Amino acid sequence: MASEIQLHQNEEFISELKECAKLLTEKLQENRFEDASQLIHAMLEARDRHIFQSVGHLTRALHNAIVNFHVDADLSKEPPKIESSEIRDASNRLNYVIELTQKAAEKTMDMVEEAAPIAMNLGQEASALRDQWARLKRREMTPAEFRTLYGRMDEFLAQMAVGTEQLGRNLQEIILEQGFQDLTGQVLKRVIGLISDVEQDLVSLVRIAGQVEEITGLASDADMTTQEALLRKRKTEAEGPQINAAVRADVVSGQDEVDDLLSSLGF
Amino acid sequence: MKILIVDDFSTMRRIIKNLLRDLGFSNTHEADDGVTALPMLRSGDYDFLVTDWNMPGMSGIDLLRAVRADEKLSSLPVLMVTAEAKRDQIIEAAQAGVNGYVVKPFTAQALKEKIEKIFERVG
Repeated sequence: MASEIQLHQNEEFISELKECAKLLTEKLQENRFEDASQLIHAMLEARDRHIFQSVGHLTRALHNAIVNFHVDADLSKEPPKIESSEIRDASNRLNYVIELTQKAAEKTMDMVEEAAPIAMNLGQEASALRDQWARLKRREMTPAEFRTLYGRMDEFLAQMAVGTEQLGRNLQEIILEQGFQDLTGQVLKRVIGLISDVEQDLVSLVRIAGQVEEITGLASDADMTTQEALLRKRKTEAEGPQINAAVRADVVSGQDEVDDLLSSLGF
Repeated sequence: MKILIVDDFSTMRRIIKNLLRDLGFSNTHEADDGVTALPMLRSGDYDFLVTDWNMPGMSGIDLLRAVRADEKLSSLPVLMVTAEAKRDQIIEAAQAGVNGYVVKPFTAQALKEKIEKIFERVG
Protein backbone atom coordinates (compact mmCIF):
# COMPACT_ATOMS: atom_id res chain seq x y z
CA MET A 1 0.00 0.00 0.00
CA ALA A 2 1.23 3.44 -0.99
CA SER A 3 -0.09 4.95 2.23
CA GLU A 4 1.95 2.49 4.32
CA ILE A 5 5.11 3.48 2.48
CA GLN A 6 4.19 7.08 3.11
CA LEU A 7 3.66 6.35 6.76
CA HIS A 8 7.04 4.65 6.99
CA GLN A 9 8.80 7.50 5.22
CA ASN A 10 6.98 9.95 7.42
CA GLU A 11 8.32 8.18 10.50
CA GLU A 12 11.82 8.37 9.05
CA PHE A 13 11.40 12.07 8.45
CA ILE A 14 10.19 12.66 12.00
CA SER A 15 12.99 10.63 13.53
CA GLU A 16 15.44 12.58 11.38
CA LEU A 17 13.98 15.81 12.76
CA LYS A 18 14.11 14.49 16.34
CA GLU A 19 17.69 13.37 15.90
CA CYS A 20 18.67 16.77 14.53
CA ALA A 21 16.84 18.56 17.34
CA LYS A 22 18.60 16.47 19.97
CA LEU A 23 22.01 17.10 18.40
CA LEU A 24 21.15 20.79 18.06
CA THR A 25 20.48 21.08 21.82
CA GLU A 26 23.76 19.29 22.57
CA LYS A 27 25.76 21.52 20.21
CA LEU A 28 24.18 24.65 21.64
CA GLN A 29 24.98 23.52 25.20
CA GLU A 30 28.54 22.86 24.11
CA ASN A 31 28.60 26.33 22.53
CA ARG A 32 29.51 24.86 19.12
CA PHE A 33 27.56 27.38 17.11
CA GLU A 34 29.01 26.54 13.71
CA ASP A 35 27.86 22.90 14.02
CA ALA A 36 24.48 24.11 15.33
CA SER A 37 24.05 26.39 12.32
CA GLN A 38 24.85 23.48 9.98
CA LEU A 39 22.22 21.34 11.73
CA ILE A 40 19.58 24.04 11.34
CA HIS A 41 20.44 24.22 7.66
CA ALA A 42 20.09 20.43 7.35
CA MET A 43 16.68 20.55 9.04
CA LEU A 44 15.48 23.27 6.66
CA GLU A 45 16.71 21.24 3.71
CA ALA A 46 14.91 18.14 4.93
CA ARG A 47 11.71 20.14 5.31
CA ASP A 48 12.01 21.64 1.81
CA ARG A 49 12.67 18.21 0.34
CA HIS A 50 9.63 16.92 2.17
CA ILE A 51 7.41 19.70 0.78
CA PHE A 52 8.71 19.20 -2.76
CA GLN A 53 8.01 15.51 -2.58
CA SER A 54 4.54 16.05 -1.18
CA VAL A 55 3.73 18.50 -3.95
CA GLY A 56 5.19 16.05 -6.44
CA HIS A 57 2.98 13.29 -5.17
CA LEU A 58 -0.11 15.46 -5.27
CA THR A 59 0.66 16.50 -8.83
CA ARG A 60 1.13 12.87 -9.77
CA ALA A 61 -2.20 11.90 -8.24
CA LEU A 62 -3.94 14.78 -9.96
CA HIS A 63 -2.38 13.73 -13.24
CA ASN A 64 -3.58 10.16 -12.74
CA ALA A 65 -7.08 11.40 -12.02
CA ILE A 66 -7.05 13.42 -15.23
CA VAL A 67 -5.75 10.45 -17.23
CA ASN A 68 -8.45 8.24 -15.72
CA PHE A 69 -11.14 10.58 -17.00
CA HIS A 70 -9.59 10.72 -20.46
CA VAL A 71 -9.32 14.50 -20.36
CA ASP A 72 -7.99 15.75 -23.67
CA ALA A 73 -7.10 19.39 -23.12
CA ASP A 74 -5.07 21.98 -25.03
CA LEU A 75 -2.92 23.38 -22.22
CA SER A 76 -1.26 25.99 -24.43
CA LYS A 77 -4.47 28.00 -24.44
CA GLU A 78 -5.47 30.29 -21.59
CA PRO A 79 -7.75 29.09 -20.06
CA PRO A 80 -6.90 25.54 -21.23
CA LYS A 81 -9.36 24.37 -23.86
CA ILE A 82 -10.87 20.98 -23.05
CA GLU A 83 -11.32 19.02 -26.29
CA SER A 84 -12.98 16.04 -24.69
CA SER A 85 -13.25 14.35 -21.33
CA GLU A 86 -15.39 11.82 -19.54
CA ILE A 87 -17.00 14.68 -17.65
CA ARG A 88 -17.87 16.44 -20.89
CA ASP A 89 -19.04 13.11 -22.27
CA ALA A 90 -21.19 12.70 -19.16
CA SER A 91 -22.64 16.18 -19.65
CA ASN A 92 -23.51 15.27 -23.23
CA ARG A 93 -25.08 12.06 -22.02
CA LEU A 94 -27.17 13.87 -19.44
CA ASN A 95 -28.29 16.37 -22.05
CA TYR A 96 -29.30 13.41 -24.17
CA VAL A 97 -31.39 12.13 -21.27
CA ILE A 98 -33.15 15.50 -21.03
CA GLU A 99 -33.71 15.57 -24.79
CA LEU A 100 -35.03 12.03 -24.89
CA THR A 101 -37.36 12.38 -21.90
CA GLN A 102 -38.68 15.65 -23.29
CA LYS A 103 -39.33 14.12 -26.69
CA ALA A 104 -41.04 11.12 -25.12
CA ALA A 105 -43.19 13.33 -22.91
CA GLU A 106 -44.20 15.56 -25.82
CA LYS A 107 -44.88 12.64 -28.13
CA THR A 108 -46.98 10.91 -25.46
CA MET A 109 -48.98 14.08 -24.80
CA ASP A 110 -49.45 14.65 -28.55
CA MET A 111 -50.80 11.13 -28.89
CA VAL A 112 -53.17 11.57 -25.96
CA GLU A 113 -54.34 14.99 -27.16
CA GLU A 114 -55.00 13.51 -30.57
CA ALA A 115 -56.83 10.51 -29.15
CA ALA A 116 -58.93 12.27 -26.52
CA PRO A 117 -61.32 14.12 -28.92
CA ILE A 118 -61.78 10.95 -31.01
CA ALA A 119 -62.81 9.01 -27.92
CA MET A 120 -65.01 11.88 -26.74
CA ASN A 121 -66.81 12.24 -30.10
CA LEU A 122 -67.42 8.51 -30.34
CA GLY A 123 -68.79 8.53 -26.81
CA GLN A 124 -71.08 11.50 -27.44
CA GLU A 125 -72.38 10.06 -30.68
CA ALA A 126 -72.94 6.68 -29.01
CA SER A 127 -75.02 8.14 -26.21
CA ALA A 128 -77.03 10.29 -28.64
CA LEU A 129 -77.72 7.20 -30.73
CA ARG A 130 -78.63 5.22 -27.63
CA ASP A 131 -81.30 7.79 -26.76
CA GLN A 132 -82.72 7.57 -30.27
CA TRP A 133 -82.52 3.82 -30.18
CA ALA A 134 -84.49 3.83 -26.93
CA ARG A 135 -87.18 5.95 -28.63
CA LEU A 136 -87.26 3.49 -31.49
CA LYS A 137 -87.71 0.58 -29.07
CA ARG A 138 -90.51 2.45 -27.35
CA ARG A 139 -92.01 2.93 -30.86
CA GLU A 140 -92.00 6.70 -30.44
CA MET A 141 -90.18 7.32 -33.68
CA THR A 142 -91.71 8.68 -36.89
CA PRO A 143 -90.63 7.05 -40.17
CA ALA A 144 -88.75 10.23 -41.13
CA GLU A 145 -86.86 10.19 -37.83
CA PHE A 146 -86.07 6.53 -38.35
CA ARG A 147 -84.57 7.24 -41.76
CA THR A 148 -82.30 9.87 -40.17
CA LEU A 149 -81.33 7.42 -37.45
CA TYR A 150 -80.65 4.78 -40.08
CA GLY A 151 -78.21 7.06 -41.90
CA ARG A 152 -76.69 8.29 -38.66
CA MET A 153 -76.09 4.76 -37.46
CA ASP A 154 -74.33 3.89 -40.68
CA GLU A 155 -72.12 6.94 -40.34
CA PHE A 156 -71.40 6.16 -36.71
CA LEU A 157 -70.26 2.62 -37.46
CA ALA A 158 -67.87 3.93 -40.07
CA GLN A 159 -66.58 6.57 -37.62
CA MET A 160 -66.21 3.88 -35.01
CA ALA A 161 -64.03 1.72 -37.24
CA VAL A 162 -61.76 4.62 -38.24
CA GLY A 163 -61.68 6.08 -34.73
CA THR A 164 -60.81 2.89 -32.88
CA GLU A 165 -58.12 2.11 -35.40
CA GLN A 166 -56.62 5.56 -34.75
CA LEU A 167 -56.92 5.04 -30.99
CA GLY A 168 -55.16 1.70 -31.26
CA ARG A 169 -52.36 3.28 -33.25
CA ASN A 170 -51.93 6.08 -30.74
CA LEU A 171 -51.90 3.67 -27.83
CA GLN A 172 -49.22 1.61 -29.53
CA GLU A 173 -47.18 4.77 -30.19
CA ILE A 174 -47.45 5.66 -26.51
CA ILE A 175 -46.23 2.23 -25.49
CA LEU A 176 -43.34 2.42 -27.95
CA GLU A 177 -42.43 5.87 -26.71
CA GLN A 178 -41.79 4.44 -23.23
CA GLY A 179 -38.53 3.03 -24.63
CA PHE A 180 -36.93 6.23 -23.36
CA GLN A 181 -36.86 4.64 -19.92
CA ASP A 182 -34.47 1.93 -21.12
CA LEU A 183 -32.30 4.28 -23.17
CA THR A 184 -32.01 6.98 -20.52
CA GLY A 185 -31.54 4.33 -17.84
CA GLN A 186 -28.50 2.94 -19.65
CA VAL A 187 -27.04 6.43 -20.00
CA LEU A 188 -27.69 7.29 -16.37
CA LYS A 189 -26.07 4.06 -15.19
CA ARG A 190 -22.90 5.05 -17.01
CA VAL A 191 -22.90 8.55 -15.58
CA ILE A 192 -23.44 7.13 -12.10
CA GLY A 193 -20.40 4.90 -12.68
CA LEU A 194 -18.35 7.93 -13.69
CA ILE A 195 -19.48 9.92 -10.67
CA SER A 196 -18.38 7.19 -8.29
CA ASP A 197 -15.02 7.04 -10.11
CA VAL A 198 -14.65 10.81 -9.68
CA GLU A 199 -15.56 10.45 -6.04
CA GLN A 200 -12.95 7.76 -5.50
CA ASP A 201 -10.24 9.79 -7.17
CA LEU A 202 -11.18 12.86 -5.18
CA VAL A 203 -11.07 10.87 -1.96
CA SER A 204 -7.60 9.60 -2.75
CA LEU A 205 -6.46 13.14 -3.65
CA VAL A 206 -7.82 14.41 -0.36
CA ARG A 207 -6.07 11.60 1.47
CA ILE A 208 -2.74 12.45 -0.13
CA ALA A 209 -3.24 16.14 0.56
CA GLY A 210 -4.05 15.22 4.16
CA GLN A 211 -0.77 13.31 4.36
CA VAL A 212 1.20 16.38 3.35
CA GLU A 213 3.53 15.67 6.26
CA GLU A 214 4.44 12.36 4.75
CA ILE A 215 7.16 11.71 2.25
CA THR A 216 6.13 9.50 -0.63
CA GLY A 217 7.59 8.08 -3.78
CA LEU A 218 5.91 8.27 -7.18
CA ALA A 219 3.21 5.93 -8.49
CA SER A 220 4.14 2.26 -8.34
CA ASP A 221 4.33 -0.01 -11.39
CA ALA A 222 1.13 -1.73 -10.33
CA ASP A 223 -0.74 1.57 -10.49
CA MET A 224 0.57 2.17 -13.99
CA THR A 225 -0.62 -1.20 -15.29
CA THR A 226 -4.16 -0.65 -14.00
CA GLN A 227 -4.19 2.73 -15.66
CA GLU A 228 -3.11 1.25 -18.97
CA ALA A 229 -5.77 -1.41 -18.64
CA LEU A 230 -8.33 1.33 -17.98
CA LEU A 231 -7.21 3.26 -21.03
CA ARG A 232 -7.43 0.23 -23.27
CA LYS A 233 -11.00 -0.09 -24.45
CA ARG A 234 -12.36 -2.90 -26.53
CA LYS A 235 -13.71 -1.73 -29.82
CA THR A 236 -16.88 -3.68 -29.35
CA GLU A 237 -17.40 -3.03 -25.68
CA ALA A 238 -21.05 -2.28 -24.95
CA GLU A 239 -21.53 1.37 -24.23
CA GLY A 240 -25.26 1.95 -24.39
CA PRO A 241 -27.12 4.34 -26.66
CA GLN A 242 -24.95 6.40 -28.96
CA ILE A 243 -25.50 10.05 -28.21
CA ASN A 244 -23.52 11.57 -31.05
CA ALA A 245 -24.11 8.99 -33.74
CA ALA A 246 -24.23 11.61 -36.50
CA VAL A 247 -20.68 12.84 -35.94
CA ARG A 248 -19.07 9.47 -35.20
CA ALA A 249 -17.73 7.50 -38.11
CA ASP A 250 -17.62 4.21 -36.19
CA VAL A 251 -21.32 4.36 -35.35
CA VAL A 252 -24.39 3.84 -37.49
CA SER A 253 -26.97 6.60 -37.38
CA GLY A 254 -30.09 4.55 -37.80
CA GLN A 255 -31.80 1.34 -38.80
CA ASP A 256 -31.16 2.02 -42.51
CA GLU A 257 -27.42 2.01 -41.98
CA VAL A 258 -27.67 -1.17 -39.93
CA ASP A 259 -29.55 -2.78 -42.80
CA ASP A 260 -26.99 -1.55 -45.35
CA LEU A 261 -24.10 -2.82 -43.28
CA LEU A 262 -25.75 -6.20 -42.76
CA SER A 263 -26.64 -6.57 -46.42
CA SER A 264 -23.02 -5.79 -47.31
CA LEU A 265 -22.17 -8.76 -45.07
CA GLY A 266 -24.50 -10.97 -47.08
CA PHE A 267 -27.62 -10.74 -44.89
CA MET B 1 -44.73 -19.63 -31.80
CA LYS B 2 -42.95 -19.39 -28.46
CA ILE B 3 -40.75 -16.32 -28.07
CA LEU B 4 -38.23 -15.33 -25.39
CA ILE B 5 -37.58 -11.60 -24.84
CA VAL B 6 -34.31 -10.80 -23.05
CA ASP B 7 -33.64 -7.26 -21.82
CA ASP B 8 -32.52 -5.90 -18.47
CA PHE B 9 -35.07 -3.06 -18.61
CA SER B 10 -38.58 -4.26 -17.87
CA THR B 11 -40.09 -1.33 -19.77
CA MET B 12 -38.34 -2.42 -22.95
CA ARG B 13 -39.48 -6.02 -22.43
CA ARG B 14 -43.05 -4.78 -22.11
CA ILE B 15 -42.74 -2.65 -25.24
CA ILE B 16 -41.42 -5.55 -27.30
CA LYS B 17 -44.04 -7.85 -25.78
CA ASN B 18 -46.77 -5.39 -26.76
CA LEU B 19 -45.48 -5.01 -30.29
CA LEU B 20 -45.19 -8.77 -30.70
CA ARG B 21 -48.75 -9.18 -29.46
CA ASP B 22 -49.91 -6.65 -32.05
CA LEU B 23 -48.13 -8.75 -34.65
CA GLY B 24 -50.06 -11.77 -33.46
CA PHE B 25 -47.45 -13.41 -31.25
CA SER B 26 -48.85 -13.76 -27.76
CA ASN B 27 -46.80 -16.66 -26.40
CA THR B 28 -43.93 -14.54 -25.13
CA HIS B 29 -41.71 -15.07 -22.11
CA GLU B 30 -39.16 -12.78 -20.49
CA ALA B 31 -35.67 -12.92 -19.01
CA ASP B 32 -33.53 -10.06 -17.75
CA ASP B 33 -30.12 -11.26 -18.93
CA GLY B 34 -28.26 -14.10 -20.62
CA VAL B 35 -27.69 -15.99 -17.39
CA THR B 36 -31.43 -16.40 -16.78
CA ALA B 37 -32.26 -16.73 -20.48
CA LEU B 38 -29.95 -19.62 -21.33
CA PRO B 39 -31.48 -22.25 -19.01
CA MET B 40 -34.97 -21.14 -20.12
CA LEU B 41 -33.95 -21.64 -23.76
CA ARG B 42 -32.40 -25.01 -23.02
CA SER B 43 -35.48 -26.37 -21.31
CA GLY B 44 -38.27 -24.50 -23.06
CA ASP B 45 -38.40 -25.33 -26.79
CA TYR B 46 -38.50 -21.70 -27.92
CA ASP B 47 -38.98 -20.79 -31.57
CA PHE B 48 -37.51 -17.31 -31.50
CA LEU B 49 -35.18 -15.19 -29.34
CA VAL B 50 -35.25 -11.40 -29.10
CA THR B 51 -32.33 -10.05 -27.09
CA ASP B 52 -30.73 -6.81 -26.00
CA TRP B 53 -26.92 -6.49 -26.12
CA ASN B 54 -25.92 -4.48 -23.07
CA MET B 55 -27.01 -6.36 -19.95
CA PRO B 56 -25.37 -7.10 -16.63
CA GLY B 57 -24.45 -10.71 -15.95
CA MET B 58 -24.38 -12.19 -19.42
CA SER B 59 -24.59 -9.82 -22.40
CA GLY B 60 -26.68 -10.44 -25.49
CA ILE B 61 -23.67 -11.11 -27.68
CA ASP B 62 -22.43 -13.77 -25.25
CA LEU B 63 -25.92 -15.23 -25.11
CA LEU B 64 -25.96 -15.35 -28.91
CA ARG B 65 -22.60 -17.18 -28.94
CA ALA B 66 -23.80 -19.61 -26.28
CA VAL B 67 -26.94 -20.30 -28.31
CA ARG B 68 -24.95 -20.94 -31.49
CA ALA B 69 -22.54 -23.19 -29.59
CA ASP B 70 -25.36 -25.25 -28.09
CA GLU B 71 -26.20 -28.30 -30.16
CA LYS B 72 -29.92 -28.10 -29.45
CA LEU B 73 -30.24 -24.33 -29.87
CA SER B 74 -27.77 -23.64 -32.65
CA SER B 75 -30.43 -22.99 -35.31
CA LEU B 76 -32.71 -20.82 -33.14
CA PRO B 77 -33.50 -17.53 -34.93
CA VAL B 78 -32.10 -14.60 -32.94
CA LEU B 79 -33.07 -10.94 -33.34
CA MET B 80 -30.90 -8.38 -31.58
CA VAL B 81 -32.76 -5.27 -30.43
CA THR B 82 -30.20 -2.93 -28.94
CA ALA B 83 -28.96 0.62 -28.49
CA GLU B 84 -25.46 -0.54 -29.46
CA ALA B 85 -24.85 1.07 -32.84
CA LYS B 86 -21.14 0.78 -33.60
CA ARG B 87 -20.25 -0.74 -36.94
CA ASP B 88 -17.80 -3.11 -35.26
CA GLN B 89 -20.55 -4.32 -32.98
CA ILE B 90 -22.97 -4.98 -35.82
CA ILE B 91 -20.24 -6.87 -37.68
CA GLU B 92 -19.42 -8.81 -34.53
CA ALA B 93 -23.08 -9.74 -34.07
CA ALA B 94 -23.32 -10.78 -37.73
CA GLN B 95 -20.22 -12.93 -37.38
CA ALA B 96 -21.62 -14.49 -34.22
CA GLY B 97 -24.64 -15.58 -36.27
CA VAL B 98 -27.39 -13.09 -35.51
CA ASN B 99 -30.46 -13.25 -37.79
CA GLY B 100 -31.49 -9.60 -37.50
CA TYR B 101 -30.35 -6.40 -35.87
CA VAL B 102 -32.64 -3.55 -34.79
CA VAL B 103 -31.24 -0.39 -33.19
CA LYS B 104 -33.12 1.39 -30.43
CA PRO B 105 -35.09 3.57 -30.51
CA PHE B 106 -37.02 1.65 -33.16
CA THR B 107 -40.41 1.86 -34.79
CA ALA B 108 -43.09 -0.80 -34.69
CA GLN B 109 -42.72 -1.02 -38.46
CA ALA B 110 -38.95 -1.74 -38.27
CA LEU B 111 -39.43 -4.50 -35.73
CA LYS B 112 -42.26 -6.02 -37.77
CA GLU B 113 -40.19 -5.99 -40.96
CA LYS B 114 -37.16 -7.64 -39.37
CA ILE B 115 -39.23 -10.33 -37.71
CA GLU B 116 -41.13 -11.11 -40.90
CA LYS B 117 -37.87 -11.23 -42.84
CA ILE B 118 -36.37 -13.68 -40.37
CA PHE B 119 -39.39 -15.98 -40.53
CA GLU B 120 -39.43 -15.79 -44.30
CA ARG B 121 -35.84 -16.96 -44.40
CA VAL B 122 -36.05 -19.68 -41.76
CA GLY B 123 -39.73 -20.49 -42.39
